[in-house]
Amino acid sequence: MAKVLIVAEHRDGKLKKSTFELVGASAAAGNETHVALLGEGVADLAKELGTYGANKVHIAQNAALKLYSAEAYTAVLADLAKTISPDVILASHTPTGRDFMPRLARRLEVGLASDCVTLAFEGSGIKVRRPVYSGKATAEVEFLGAGPRLATIRANALGVGKPDAGKSAESITVTANVGDLKSKTLEVVKGASARPDVTEAAIVVSGGRALKSADNFKIIEGLADVLGAAVGASRAAVDAGYRPHRDQVGQTGKVVSPALYIACGISGAIQHLAGMRTSKTIVAINTAPEAPIYQIADYGVVSDLFAIVPLLTEDFKKIKEH
Amino acid sequence: MNIYVCIKQVPDTETKIKLNGDSSGIDTAGIKWILSPYDELAVEEALRLKEKNAGSTVTVISAGPTRVVEAIRTALAMGCDNAIHVEIPENADNNYSAKALAGALKKEAKVDIVFAGKEAIDDGAAQTSQLVAEYFGMPCVTVVLGIEYGASSLKCKREVEGGAFEMVETALPALVAAQKGLNEPRYASLPNIMKAKKKEVKGLKAADVGVSDGDQKIKYKNFQLPPPKAAGKKIAGDPAAQAKELVRALHEEAKVV
Repeated sequence: MAKVLIVAEHRDGKLKKSTFELVGASAAAGNETHVALLGEGVADLAKELGTYGANKVHIAQNAALKLYSAEAYTAVLADLAKTISPDVILASHTPTGRDFMPRLARRLEVGLASDCVTLAFEGSGIKVRRPVYSGKATAEVEFLGAGPRLATIRANALGVGKPDAGKSAESITVTANVGDLKSKTLEVVKGASARPDVTEAAIVVSGGRALKSADNFKIIEGLADVLGAAVGASRAAVDAGYRPHRDQVGQTGKVVSPALYIACGISGAIQHLAGMRTSKTIVAINTAPEAPIYQIADYGVVSDLFAIVPLLTEDFKKIKEH
Repeated sequence: MNIYVCIKQVPDTETKIKLNGDSSGIDTAGIKWILSPYDELAVEEALRLKEKNAGSTVTVISAGPTRVVEAIRTALAMGCDNAIHVEIPENADNNYSAKALAGALKKEAKVDIVFAGKEAIDDGAAQTSQLVAEYFGMPCVTVVLGIEYGASSLKCKREVEGGAFEMVETALPALVAAQKGLNEPRYASLPNIMKAKKKEVKGLKAADVGVSDGDQKIKYKNFQLPPPKAAGKKIAGDPAAQAKELVRALHEEAKVV
């Protein structure tokens, strides 16, 4: 059993699913599970953390924590870690978690295993494995020296357990000394899209060069919206200007592991496969029967995407309505 | 301005990765090494800032084995003025590398701004920028898509999830980690490639920048290649039949929809 500290992540007053993954995994392993909840006006979120198995929620509130601040997060978390002396500190490998965890590691003078896709608790430590070369291989991370073990875990890697309304966590108020800040988040500018983020979505529908234009991505978006999915794109599609870079899946874009990845008109260049091969179920739709994407697809459909994608959209709509 | 860029040399994106004999790492034989793509953006941003501020210099720094001097030459060919190579072991971790880079920066007379890529495409750890900033004692903004330069501060557009951005203001000196979209890196011209071959690369050893074995905090081991996937199911028929069967399979077999 380990004493585990998980850094909760939230946006717009809602906790992230990836935080529940971490809390659930720690609690399921029988660990003493602590959660750090930083922000302003966030105390009410502690209750939900309890239902996923958190034992104690340390709430640090300060106006400087209202929006994510790398320096303020690092200062408050370093203090908290020194107070409660956890064996393990975990955060999600999200734009927030991946930003502050290296700084926290430095303050605690320990190493960090980032972007891990497997996590096992062993005694008071952890065993983690992470992709290298964007998933062309994986490696186990050995922590050298003493001190807490720090890791960031890729979203969707562990899965979310079921909450138990009967469980609750003890809330503890923590003094938030944010220190002298040299940088500040002025505002968060919302994205135009209501779709989930490609790295967080349970389903991703991606399009490649075969889409031929930005406008044709409407059929990909139509399918994605029926499935509540994110829209992804290959490097070729992004380089051709069909989609913004933030949608790019691959070694020089986002690395994703959704439950379902539907690749439409993507041949499967090695750098694309690197970004999505850990997806649980992969569907490939391509006109070329020899396309490399079929080598890793669970379901291969040799077909013209312009013919089949609208049909899939209609058929999925029927299932969703039932 | 005294502008610095931290770069890393990595295997080309088309590299097929093979493991070494005891799976303690990869087989580096025959690998084509390149300047990490996000670091190209960092070099470009440094050069553009120099071009807007007369009398500025851009210094490129890389920590790694001797081979990384090739990547330094690439950055020099793009237009960097000076270069520093800190020689550290092949398998140095992020902490060791960052301490070495920060150590080299601390030896410089004045540092106004440091650029780096948001991550390197080999280990993809996305740690080194933040660690360099911590070791140096300056703020750091990561995953930056746009920069507004002020007299003694910066406003950075930082990409977060769901297509949203955080607008982050930071005092200088600061480290900015570049994301694709910040700029379009230039190609080196032939005369610049020739000139870069003759430029001096200042060499430092780990001991010169205060780094030692104890700075190694993690180690990668037991490398594995992704398990080969069992042949998938081919769905035949006309598009309507294929669509029906795929929807059924995803709903009833894979249970993902």
